[in-house]
Amino acid sequence: MALTEDRPLALPSGDSNDGYTPTGVFTRPTAETGPRSWFTTVDHKKIGIMYGTAAIFFFIVGGVEALLIRMQLWSPRGTLLSANLYNQIYTMHGTTMVFLVVMPIGAAFANYLIPLQIGARDVAFPRINAFSFWAFLAGGVFLNSSWFLGGGADGGWFMYAPNSGVIFSPTNGIDFWNLGLLITGIASLTGAVNLIVTVLNMRAPGMTLMRMPIFTWMALVSQFLLLFAIPVLTSAQVLLMLDRLFDANFFNVAKGANPLLWQHLFWIFGHPEVYLMILPAFGLVSEILPTFARKPIFGYPFIVFSGIAIGFMGWGVWAHHMFVSGIGPISVTAFSLTTMFIAVPTGVKILNWTATMWGGKLNFSAPMLFSIGLVTMFTIGGLSGVMHSVAPMDTQQTDTYFIVAHFHYVLFGGAFFGFMGAFYFYWPKAFGYMLNESIGKANFWLMLLGFNLTFAPMHVLGLQGMSRRIYTYDAGYGFEFWNKVATIGAFTLASSIALFIFNIFYSKSKAKTLPPVGPDPWDSRTIEWMTPSPTPVYNFDPIPTVTRVDDFWYRKYGETKDGKLVRIASTAEVAQKRTDGKGIHLPSPSYWPIVLAFGLPIVAYGLIFSLWLALIGGIVVVAALYGWIMEPPDDPDAVHDDHGPEAHASDGGDAAVPDSADAVKEVETVG
Amino acid sequence: MAETLTSRPTLADADAHQAHAHIEADTNTGISNTKLGMWLFLASECLLFGGLITTYLLYRRPLEGPTPDEIFDIPFTSTSSFVLLMSSLTMVLAVSAIERGEHQRMRVWLGATAVLGATFMAGQIYEFTVFVREGLGFTTSRFSSAFYTLTGFHGIHVTVGIIMLVSLVLLSLRGKIPEHKAETVEIVGLYWHFVDVVWVVIFAVVYLIPT
Repeated sequence: MALTEDRPLALPSGDSNDGYTPTGVFTRPTAETGPRSWFTTVDHKKIGIMYGTAAIFFFIVGGVEALLIRMQLWSPRGTLLSANLYNQIYTMHGTTMVFLVVMPIGAAFANYLIPLQIGARDVAFPRINAFSFWAFLAGGVFLNSSWFLGGGADGGWFMYAPNSGVIFSPTNGIDFWNLGLLITGIASLTGAVNLIVTVLNMRAPGMTLMRMPIFTWMALVSQFLLLFAIPVLTSAQVLLMLDRLFDANFFNVAKGANPLLWQHLFWIFGHPEVYLMILPAFGLVSEILPTFARKPIFGYPFIVFSGIAIGFMGWGVWAHHMFVSGIGPISVTAFSLTTMFIAVPTGVKILNWTATMWGGKLNFSAPMLFSIGLVTMFTIGGLSGVMHSVAPMDTQQTDTYFIVAHFHYVLFGGAFFGFMGAFYFYWPKAFGYMLNESIGKANFWLMLLGFNLTFAPMHVLGLQGMSRRIYTYDAGYGFEFWNKVATIGAFTLASSIALFIFNIFYSKSKAKTLPPVGPDPWDSRTIEWMTPSPTPVYNFDPIPTVTRVDDFWYRKYGETKDGKLVRIASTAEVAQKRTDGKGIHLPSPSYWPIVLAFGLPIVAYGLIFSLWLALIGGIVVVAALYGWIMEPPDDPDAVHDDHGPEAHASDGGDAAVPDSADAVKEVETVG
Repeated sequence: MAETLTSRPTLADADAHQAHAHIEADTNTGISNTKLGMWLFLASECLLFGGLITTYLLYRRPLEGPTPDEIFDIPFTSTSSFVLLMSSLTMVLAVSAIERGEHQRMRVWLGATAVLGATFMAGQIYEFTVFVREGLGFTTSRFSSAFYTLTGFHGIHVTVGIIMLVSLVLLSLRGKIPEHKAETVEIVGLYWHFVDVVWVVIFAVVYLIPT
């Protein structure tokens, strides 16, 4: 909530504004290009790119951890890692991949695409958006700094209490885990509020809810899940933090604590979490498949409502993670049933994607291949998932590698394949050059191969009885062969990621010799492809008026009476030209989001090491909040591009009276 | 989807001439961004308190140390609860005042709300010190940990609310809350009412349900 200055941003008639200093605060930063601009930016596109970059960095960190795990399990009685270090590495691998990779990549696409897909200039609260990113980064860096300050967390990513208590884990690793995820939780929560308000409030004229692109719908559902799931994790983590740092008794069994409390709270968060990780990827392939099948998505309302149904039903299945914890036959039966039911809306989506491709003119580009990869691999993961709704089977498989195989099929084979497809698909929109198609296809096949080599054998290992989270195994149980296959697969997978990163730099260097990529390189359907590539800072000029689903497609194509697709306008005619953005006011950059975000880990270090440090961090946070509140809504001098004095002089007359009310409205960018 | 060939305008330029092409006067929902954001935040807070209230319900019977029935002073806490609930009334009066443009009156009511909130907090701190003196430390039992965490969390929320109220008064004194920003006061009010309503639930669950 910001109390903003009551002054119009646009000086209506070129008045000089000398001597204007907002009381007690710095003037707002002005740089729009160059390295410094990235630290103060509030542009949703730059923030989205930073989310993606940070997530890929953490993906490499988590990937190295995965490779260490696979190397340790290469042969029986592996000696690469000690049991203690192995505990830390698989815990940090899971935590990193869930909280610092899949969630932020979803946030990256949501940030970049939602305003573009709904025809907005930015998100509802641009500064809160910047804060969300920096808090996520601060939390991620804080969490990983535990490696240098006594070792990482070692309780598994779901950190069951009382195993996560001080008695069983005396290092500070779990404290870092706790506080780091509290910080990223704040980031997720503010991001969720921001994006939900953006979607509900800032749609372009004509963009009704049922005309929104599917990705925006799925991202909206997943932001609602975040909004309600994160506080449950926060409350659980606060309890654990109080236990570990202040000797509370929430998980102290000697004083009558109930260990199931943590499990319930964690999984009430944890299962919606699963869906909020996968739904953005579902949305992305729902954009990619129709584009390359050259058909509208099959059953738009079914896709939307099945996504909403997943969002609701995701709250009623958490205890299927706890079938072996002794919750009683009635609970087990109830959650078995709900778990079976939630497969229905997911199946609806699979059907819709298949039917979208059915009869289409399929173009097997790299994004399309990755999307088909999602549909097939997620189906495998979904099938092994619904098997776990059968409680006896689940009992057999709990804590074995079968579970590991299952959730990697849904999270890597599902979510990450969708993200990879979307990287290839949206790369030209974000950066103005295409990723190389041949390398992209090689990338897909290598990744598909490596992925299946890594995780398919884990089904077998799990059924053979190999436990997850045990740092080694003995010879003679029949585990050797499939573990070797999985390790080879993991390195294949790593090389496919290396190929992707190579492709980024290779394509960028080649791009100079190629003609510039147009606004719509894939002949796509939704309005984000109307804008020039890379997207100009103002997104749209003018804001398009939307009349139907896939509005941009129907600006290009019509149908004859017998259903034939006919081109009615060239892309150049219907796409927007890059303009100078004159007269468009955008929120000014701000220092405060990054200051506020980096005050949080200071508090967290203080809670672990010295309360004096926490006090200093608290002062930074409070100062940043007041700086934020007192910051003027916009720097009057930071007008967009060529709003020099001449520009004002030329249009000074008409800007003065009729537009002034609107101008005030527009510049009140709060948050 | 039998779209026939039509003469509907396809050029991007046509967008520029649409009726609402430039700046939308309002948000799609008709609720301002900040107010909708606050509602969403409060919805999220419900689950935060939900988790803590559930924890308390699970742990309200201690295995050792004082029990709730032994130490709670219901008349005292009822009084301080009444003070907190009355602060919602003064908050409403403050919002009503700024909507009528009466800045001085708004500052008075905001100040009154802050004072009532601070009275409640003083009551909580007094209550805590009495309990500690009677042998109910934070680490004494599962009940004590759950009790202090739940009520303390609520107390932190009230304190943040008081800080926001005082900040509003100071900003208003510097002329930074003009009439068209009256909604800022209303949004702080939303938060304040939420904190009150949560206390009604906590008071009922913690103090009134006998163990």
